[in-house]
Amino acid sequence: MSRNGPFALCYHALFVAFMLAPILVVCFVAFTPEGYLSFPTDRWSLRWFYAIGRYPEFISAFWRSLWLGAVSSAIAVAISVPAALAIARHRFAGRDAMTALFMSPLMIPHVVLGIAFLRFFTQIGLGGTFVGLVLSHIVVVLPFALRLTLASAVGLDRAIEHAAVSLGASESTVLKRITLPLILPGLASGWALAFINSFDEVTMTVFIAAPGTETLPVRMFLYIQDNIDPLVTSVSACVIAVTVLALVGLDRAYGLERLLVGRSGHGRQ
Amino acid sequence: MKSTPYLLSLPALLLFGAIVIIPLVMTVLLSFHDWGQYKGIEPVFILKNWHEVLTDSYFLEMFGRTFRIALSVTVLAALFGAPEAYILNRMKSPWRGLFLLVILGPLLISVVARTLGWALLFGGNSGLVNKALASMGLISAPLPFMFTETGVIVALTHVLMPYMVLAVWAALQRLDPQVENAAVALGAGPFTVLRRIVLPQVMPGILSGAVIVFALAASAFATPAIVGGRRLKVASTLAYDEFLNTLNWPLGAAVAVLLLVALVLIVVGSSRLVERRYAQVFG
Repeated sequence: MSRNGPFALCYHALFVAFMLAPILVVCFVAFTPEGYLSFPTDRWSLRWFYAIGRYPEFISAFWRSLWLGAVSSAIAVAISVPAALAIARHRFAGRDAMTALFMSPLMIPHVVLGIAFLRFFTQIGLGGTFVGLVLSHIVVVLPFALRLTLASAVGLDRAIEHAAVSLGASESTVLKRITLPLILPGLASGWALAFINSFDEVTMTVFIAAPGTETLPVRMFLYIQDNIDPLVTSVSACVIAVTVLALVGLDRAYGLERLLVGRSGHGRQ
Repeated sequence: MKSTPYLLSLPALLLFGAIVIIPLVMTVLLSFHDWGQYKGIEPVFILKNWHEVLTDSYFLEMFGRTFRIALSVTVLAALFGAPEAYILNRMKSPWRGLFLLVILGPLLISVVARTLGWALLFGGNSGLVNKALASMGLISAPLPFMFTETGVIVALTHVLMPYMVLAVWAALQRLDPQVENAAVALGAGPFTVLRRIVLPQVMPGILSGAVIVFALAASAFATPAIVGGRRLKVASTLAYDEFLNTLNWPLGAAVAVLLLVALVLIVVGSSRLVERRYAQVFG
């Protein structure tokens, strides 16, 4: 394999600058000491981070997003495990159709899902409730949870389970002591990926969240629609910081490439 | 037992049946209902909304804009993302992982925060790039970015670029470096290798990345809503306005269902084409 030439490296530098510029600019502007949007030139200030404290709707939206992400991802993983075991270990009629159904939230535009949930939840009396948010987020993050759960269920060595059975373990003991511990890393990564996706979801949530059940991205989006000021940059900087921390953690624990590309570097499964 | 897999998938099946399939069917039905300013939604079966969406020039222009933006974003992402994936793949160990993280990481950062960055850079007189250029005397008026199609295209390309790099990267991993070496040994120059060896093999990756980017660009909401504003509507922002401002839900539902149907047809159709064209590569 040959090296990259100087031209390739220049291109790479410009590309990385393009990818990072909008993100870095948000983080820099968040430290401005001025009352308007500007780069902090001679001095930096945390005043806009303190200012977040005066807007309880941002604080409560942050906690709501955190809860929503944690709960809906946990339920999505819990539902994914039996489904992944079924798909990985059995050949049955409708297997492909079922997998396609579970993966469909990746394909359906989130605007369409948002509209469908708005109509449905209003009709059954769940409109604008936290329960409605949780149900809709389970659906949206399930493909991520299922993909990683499925990958670890497929990679599981069945011989270990057979050994446990031949040593007299019951079916539930095998599940509890062998199967679940072996697929646990996949479950944890699936939960983390599902959490990030729930935490960032805005398009669908903007339809179903009411004042009082707004998530952080929705609150930010509605705020930006009215005006863009340094406050929203400091909130965004906090969101970016949380995501980057989660990202680095995930990369250390599981490997970002494996997480996004597939089980290994060798093609998608 | 024959029923075991069905029992295992039952929770997920019940959930998806109850809160994916039923709501989607309800939305399709909703698009056939009538609506009036004072009478609200009337549960009748009429084709009024569909007739309006399919014949009114306002909707045709809006759908035209939506797919024009999606196509531009797809082409730009392929043009710039594919070479970057190739360069990344040729990097040495610590850099490779680091830059992969830097380029794919933004995928997981809030779309609202990423779009806000573009608004800060180019947003009107207070946009930082505009201010810098104006203070250097290079421009007299701010660069047109906010509320323009160009702005939406640039910001969306940035938002969706990681998907393209990811798809091409995955295709590059299947490449056998020995083939490249063989071509070099047989006297091929670097450009010949790129054109005759690498490009044909990563083409399926570029095309599958293009399908993903196109679908996501055509249904994107937050970026066109923030950069495009109310003046430059695309399908998803129009549906949002019908639902939450005008309150004409049946018309909004018709727009959304049409977007879904058009996307499914385009995505399934182009995936079929790609698979048939590259059957030997996938096989």
